[in-house]
Amino acid sequence: MAHAQGQQHAHAQGQQHPIGIYLKIWALLFILSALSYSVDYFHFHGYLRWFLIIVFMLLKAGLIVSVFMHMMWERLALMYAILVPTLLLMVLLGIGALEADYTFFMRSVFFVKGLF
Amino acid sequence: MMQATPANTIEPLALPEGVQGIVADWSSDQRAFKKVPWGKAMMWIFLLSDTFIFSAFLISYMTVRMSTTDPWPNPSEVFALTLFGNKIPLILIAIMTFILISSSGTMAMAVKFGYEKNRKITFILLLITAALGASFVGMQAFEWSKLIMDEGIRPWGNPLGAAQFGSAFFMITGFHGTHVSIGVIFLIIVATKVIRGDLDHQRPGFLTGRKGNYEIVEILGLYWHFVDLVWVFIFAFFYLW
Repeated sequence: MAHAQGQQHAHAQGQQHPIGIYLKIWALLFILSALSYSVDYFHFHGYLRWFLIIVFMLLKAGLIVSVFMHMMWERLALMYAILVPTLLLMVLLGIGALEADYTFFMRSVFFVKGLF
Repeated sequence: MMQATPANTIEPLALPEGVQGIVADWSSDQRAFKKVPWGKAMMWIFLLSDTFIFSAFLISYMTVRMSTTDPWPNPSEVFALTLFGNKIPLILIAIMTFILISSSGTMAMAVKFGYEKNRKITFILLLITAALGASFVGMQAFEWSKLIMDEGIRPWGNPLGAAQFGSAFFMITGFHGTHVSIGVIFLIIVATKVIRGDLDHQRPGFLTGRKGNYEIVEILGLYWHFVDLVWVFIFAFFYLW
């Protein structure tokens, strides 16, 4: 009996979790999507809009990766191998924003007459 | 210290956790990703590379949008639809978002029922996921044709404002739509394998000759959730900005 159970355990290596957690996360994702849609629908503007968009986006992304993609149950070695390189993209984001600001400034100076 | 475990029980070895676990896993001179089938680890690596592709698109989109001196077309109005006489902003995109999230939910449950070897329910859930994915692509085709035919938006320019709007839009949503389409094809292939019992009977696959295993449902699931994940970012940055 113990033998059979051991065998079974060795084969069933996959991720197995109660169905309730998937349904709950599904519902949460629906609510968060509705909230981020309402940011546009109710015409929020400025920093509040940006704050809400990014908070809802990160929450949704986090829920999908950690629960639907089972990342929260993986070992740290895999988690870090995937998430750390992704975070490095922030550097590219920063460089892109700097470059864009500079380009916009130069275009404003040379292309848009009467701005400066 | 070394306890002899009885040979007839296969107990997983205790692996160190935390930072120590990372160091131990990576320096073990074996496989670095413990307790994960290699196919799944490889899918994660592929998804990481895909993350970089989509990030490159989204960041270059940000760069052109921030640097243009022409006004950017307002996505809220461009993607509005008139339903029952009311003009509702961004409604098509909202519906597409809900459809993709629902398909992610059915996919997650398909993975669960797959590991339980519940062939029929896994098959049905995979088919629902494929149908939702296909309807997403259909709505995207509708959106594209509306933009091209009615609004006159082209990759090189449009009557609404900044020329970069078209190129960024077609590039990003086109690449995402391609991913969804490929996902639908793979969903149908895996659903067929499930219902035929290829995974239960460990029949070798057509292309690779690997033994059938329900792990492939989870690996496919990773890909599908990733497609949903990318849409979360596109929705936030392209449609809501």
